[in-house]
Amino acid sequence: MFESLTNRLNQVFDQLRRRGKLSEADVDAAMREVRLALLEADVHFSVVKTFIARVRERAVGTEVSKALNPGQQIIKIVNEELIATLGEPAPLNLSGPKPRVIMLVGLQGSGKTTAAGKLARLLRSKGERVMLAAGDPYRPAAVTQLQQLGERLDVPVEADSNLKPPELAKRAFDKAEKGGFGVVILDTAGRSQLDAELMNELKSIVAKVTPVETLLVVDSMIGQEALNIAQGFRDNVSITGLILTKMDGDSRGGAAISIRSVTGVPIKFIGTGEKLDALETYDPARLSSRILGMGDMLGLIEKAEAAFDQQTTQKTAERLMKGQFTLEDFLEQMKQMKKMGPLSQVMDMLPGQFGQAARQADPKEIEKNLKQSEAIIYSMTLKERRNPDLLNASRRRRIAAGSGTDVQDVNRLVKQFRETQKLMKTLQKTGGRGLGNLFGG
Amino acid sequence: MAELLARWRDGLSRTSRSAFGRLAGLLGATEIKQDTWDELEALLIQADLGIETTSDVISTLQRLVRDRGLTRSDQLGAPLKADLRSRLMTPPLLEFSAKPFVILVVGVNGSGKTTTIAKLGQRFVAEGKSVLFGAADTFRAAAVDQLQVWGDRLNARAERSRSIEVIAGAPESDPGAVAFNAIQAGVARKVDVILIDTAGRLHTRFNLMEELKKVHRVVGKALDGAPHAVWLVLDATTGQNALQQARAFKDAVKVSGVILSKLDSSARGGMAFAIQRELGLPILFAGLGEKPEDLQPFDADAFVDGILNS
Repeated sequence: MFESLTNRLNQVFDQLRRRGKLSEADVDAAMREVRLALLEADVHFSVVKTFIARVRERAVGTEVSKALNPGQQIIKIVNEELIATLGEPAPLNLSGPKPRVIMLVGLQGSGKTTAAGKLARLLRSKGERVMLAAGDPYRPAAVTQLQQLGERLDVPVEADSNLKPPELAKRAFDKAEKGGFGVVILDTAGRSQLDAELMNELKSIVAKVTPVETLLVVDSMIGQEALNIAQGFRDNVSITGLILTKMDGDSRGGAAISIRSVTGVPIKFIGTGEKLDALETYDPARLSSRILGMGDMLGLIEKAEAAFDQQTTQKTAERLMKGQFTLEDFLEQMKQMKKMGPLSQVMDMLPGQFGQAARQADPKEIEKNLKQSEAIIYSMTLKERRNPDLLNASRRRRIAAGSGTDVQDVNRLVKQFRETQKLMKTLQKTGGRGLGNLFGG
Repeated sequence: MAELLARWRDGLSRTSRSAFGRLAGLLGATEIKQDTWDELEALLIQADLGIETTSDVISTLQRLVRDRGLTRSDQLGAPLKADLRSRLMTPPLLEFSAKPFVILVVGVNGSGKTTTIAKLGQRFVAEGKSVLFGAADTFRAAAVDQLQVWGDRLNARAERSRSIEVIAGAPESDPGAVAFNAIQAGVARKVDVILIDTAGRLHTRFNLMEELKKVHRVVGKALDGAPHAVWLVLDATTGQNALQQARAFKDAVKVSGVILSKLDSSARGGMAFAIQRELGLPILFAGLGEKPEDLQPFDADAFVDGILNS
């Protein structure tokens, strides 16, 4: 919906390519665009102001490096400053005597209970003995929600709707201590930072169980209020980290910048889906390019890497080097692509125009195509897969019948394969350098 | 009426405490300067009005200043208020044109759908309507229980004849089937209003949006002309993403109105302007507190007043 910042800056600098240093006027023109991009990303107004001032100071007089155009040079500086503001990802602090209490706080609907479940799963997979404590007796069925999550994870849940949250926290702590638990994850009720009564409740929880971590759970779609909310919570309890939730949506997540600059607490996790394993450590570079509206290429690459089976890929690569890309490799590629997860999610990570183009296509349609192609290849003999030149008309008819498709479908697949084969040959010659152009600014 | 306005004022008083307290200072009896516009821009953007709406409001005011030869910033207050107000529709009077009148409630995760439905239920019952809830959020842990508990709570306060029945499905069961059952039950019991809760979903999730479209279709099959309304619950703290949300839900299931939840938080819900301008969707209700009676018909004047802290 928004033009990417890269495009806009390139427009600004269209007339002034290849000038030596960035002049004040150049930088000012660029800063207007950067400011818009940040405000559109929900970075707080005052934070944008100081941020722009800092970038401006750094940018004026900078020599434009030979590899970049002025727009890219500015983006590089903006990106570096954003990354510095976002800060390094910090691990959970699990020091001190057991049990260590991790308390989750935040507004209503920010995703605390789900985050509690995800954290429990993560810590348990790392070998911790985890207990969940349901400190939200107010929202109907909030306790049941946590209990159901605990059941799914096989993690005990301490709950008692008749107890005040501070008392419940204490009881969970005592039980965990006796039972030899390493971590107590305490879910709390959603509250506004302006609600004095509920803020006092948080303080008395802290007084009773002294959490090692008090994590502020923030919806990544939040607007300008993020700053006041973070400040309000910080003024009442000492926040030690952030969890940014619902990052699988298309919000730009600029709130992270606002909260970081005002509280200075590190971002510890991001929530990327409804399933209990969708909790990731955050990467400042990736978040920065998202805030700038430049897509999540890093995320995409990581997903691809995770999905691709190292050995198979290596085998394919070896055959490739010998110029032997066959339909079997083609099939393997399709399988691995499916493993990257729902195509719609992959598409959301593509930057700017790529992403827009990709979102035009119905992922279901593409997935159907993939399935059909698979069926066609499965209906071939091994010989045919290894040597597609064998595929004459009568073989193609047989394959179509076998896969429940039309001969045209078979023809289309063979054509696609030939094109891929050609691309592979080019890649082989250039050693992959050709690909770089695909993602250039 | 007085009590109603008081509720708005109570709900919004926290809202206006911080940034908009500055408005009075800004629009004092001083000369209009570049600073005035910069400050005004800051205020509007901080209320999440977004750049486009903010620039639009400011240029309208600047034109007015030129045309009328205004010089003092205290002359800006009234036109500013009028301009903001003119950007908001007065919500259409809610008429239950069919019986049962089926309302599908949709939104992203954590926007406050279930709580809103409970409050709506209470409101309609108080107006003498019979109400049935369809708990079609079969995905999130305990979402069904949440609506059930609300139903029980409301029933405990009401007379027997006014109790709200909750039709629910098993966890992980097909939400379309739950919606279908709810409507069948509603028709059989001759209720006036059926409110159908759906699972929260991010608007970017293709499969989940397809699922929602299916629920919408199934509702239409269960009863001709249903759903008679599709309401999007939008968290007032949401920033620029609100517009994308509203657009995606409107495209998928023909949203007919928006409910602004959590307006009693410190957020000001300024994205309502963009949603109205870009999508023509009226804001129907606003959530002004935790209690069932805190859901109130959207009052555009009070909303603008809350924003400007007058």
